[in-house]
Amino acid sequence: MLIQLHQVSKTFQSNIQQVEALREVSLKVNPGEIYGIIGHSGAGKSTLIRIVNLLEKPTSGHIDINGVDLTRLSPKELREIRRSVGMIFQGFNLLKTATVEENIALPLRLTGLSHQEISQRVEKYLAVVGLTDKKQAYPAQLSGGQKQRVAIARALSHEPKILLSDEATSALDPETTESILDLLLSINREFGITILLITHEMNVIQRICDRVAVMEHGSIVEEGSLLEVFSDPRHPTTKKFINSQFPQSALSLLSVDEQDGQPVLELSFVGAVTDQPILAEVSKQFQVSPNILSGNIVPLKNAHYGKLIVQLLGDREETAKAVAYIKSTGVKVEELKGGEAHASLL
Amino acid sequence: MQAFYSRWGNVIFKATIETFQMVTIAMFFAVLIGLPLGVLLTLTRKNGSLENRWVYQGLNTLINLIRSIPFIILLFYILPFTKLLVGTSIGVKGVIVPLVVHTAPFVARLMESALLEVDRGVVEAYEAMGVSTPKIIWYVIIREARPAIVLGLTMAIIALIGATAMAGLVGAGGLGNLAYSYGHLRYEVSVMHTTVLLLIVLVQCLQSLGNHLATRLRKE
Repeated sequence: MLIQLHQVSKTFQSNIQQVEALREVSLKVNPGEIYGIIGHSGAGKSTLIRIVNLLEKPTSGHIDINGVDLTRLSPKELREIRRSVGMIFQGFNLLKTATVEENIALPLRLTGLSHQEISQRVEKYLAVVGLTDKKQAYPAQLSGGQKQRVAIARALSHEPKILLSDEATSALDPETTESILDLLLSINREFGITILLITHEMNVIQRICDRVAVMEHGSIVEEGSLLEVFSDPRHPTTKKFINSQFPQSALSLLSVDEQDGQPVLELSFVGAVTDQPILAEVSKQFQVSPNILSGNIVPLKNAHYGKLIVQLLGDREETAKAVAYIKSTGVKVEELKGGEAHASLL
Repeated sequence: MQAFYSRWGNVIFKATIETFQMVTIAMFFAVLIGLPLGVLLTLTRKNGSLENRWVYQGLNTLINLIRSIPFIILLFYILPFTKLLVGTSIGVKGVIVPLVVHTAPFVARLMESALLEVDRGVVEAYEAMGVSTPKIIWYVIIREARPAIVLGLTMAIIALIGATAMAGLVGAGGLGNLAYSYGHLRYEVSVMHTTVLLLIVLVQCLQSLGNHLATRLRKE
C-alpha cells in the first residue's frame, strides 16, 4: 500500500455551527495506480485530498504514506515527506512575478538542490510537459492549459512518488482537459508515479482512472475498479454520475412505447463485445426486429462501455430466444419495461 | 535669478539635504520595524498560517492608537522617550525617533494590505512542496507582493516628506522649515515659491518612479 487513510474524520468549527467534512473515511491507494475520487461540490473531496499531505489536519484518524503515519511526524519530518508528494491545483498556483523557469527552479532552490541539478531538472521536466520554448514567459502570457503544464512540471521536478491532483482540469476547456489528462496518463506510465485525483467530472474518471471512489456527505459511498463501478453501480449517486454520460431522452421514450406491449431492454456491454454486431445477428437468426431507442458507447481507460436501450418487436417465443442469445455473448440484459404479453423474459 | 541663487542657493540646498537625510533614515527604520509587523499581522489574522487572536488584536490596537495621534502632537508627546533613546530631542537626530514612531505603524498597515493580496493558493502550493514557513514568507509572500509593496512604500515616503515639514519645530531644518521660517515669517515670497515647487517636483518624481517600478515588477 502506498497511501492509506484510516477512519479519517474532519470537523470544521465555525461560530454558528460545526460542519462534518469527512466522516471516518478509509481509503487505500496502491503504488502505480491512478485513483479517482468523484463527488459533487461539498461532498468533502477537497478536504480529503488536502488531508493526504496534511495541508488540512484531521480531527481524528491517521494517514499512512508508505507505512509512515503522517500525523505523528514533527514539522521537519513532515516537510521531508511532502517533497515526495507532488500536488497540482485547479488554480495552478504559480508565482505571477516569476518566469516559467523561475517557477520551477525556486522551490527546488528552497529545498536545497544544487544549481547544476536545478537547471538539469528544469530542462528535463519542461521537455516532459512540452514547454521548453516558454522558459522565459510569465504566467500571464500563458493559456490555462500551459499554466497547468508548468504546475505539473514544478510538481514533477521534485521527483515525487505520488501526485495529488485537486480538480486540476476543472478550470480548463474540454479540449485542454483532454490534453492534460493525456499528460497525466503518460506521467503515470513513464515515471510510475501514483496519482490520486479528485474531480466532479465523470469523463476525467473514465479516461484515466484505474480505480474510483464516489463521495457524498463526507463519506465514500462506493468504491471499486473503474469497470466494476461502471458496469454495476450500486449507490444512487454513482448511478447518477454514470447516467450523466448517457443520453437522457431514453427514459422519456419508454412511456410512449409502453402501449406496444413489447419489452424494453437495457443492454450493457464491456470491452470486446462492443466490437460485434450483436443486434444484426439477432435480427438475422430470430424473428425479431430490434428497435433502438437510445444508445451510447463510452470509452473507458482500457475498454469501452456501451449501453443500448432496445425494444424487441416480435412474438414471445422468438423474443425469449433472442434474449438468451444476447446474454450468451456476455452482454448484460436488464428489462426496463415488460410487455403485457411477456410477464418476464429474464 | 542669479541674485536669487547666490543669496538663497546654499540655504535651499542645505534644507533639501536635511529633508533627504530625515526621510532616508526615518524610512529605513520605519521599514525595518513596519515590514515585520505587517508580516506578523498577515500571519496572525484569522485564517492566517499562525492564527493568534491575542497577538493580532494587540498589534492592531497599538497601530491604531499611534496612528490616531497627529505627528505634530506625537513629536512633543514622546519627547522624554526620544531623549531616553537617542540622548537628545532636537536636531535631525531628535526628530528621527518621532518620525519612525509615526511612520512604522503606517508602513505596517500598508505592508499588511500588500501581503494580503498574495494568493493563498500559492502559499499552500509551497507548503505542499515542503518549504518552511520563514522561506515562504520571504521568497513567496514578500516576493510576490513586491509591486504592492513598492506602491505602499512610495505612499509612505511621500507622507514622510509631509511629516518632516514639522521637524523645524525641534530645529531639524528641512524644506518645510525653510518655507515656514523664511517664506512665511520673513515674507520671502520667492523662497516660499521655490520650496513649494521643489516639494511638488520631488513628490511627482517619487510617485512616477514608484509606479514605474511597480509596473515593471508586476509582469502582467
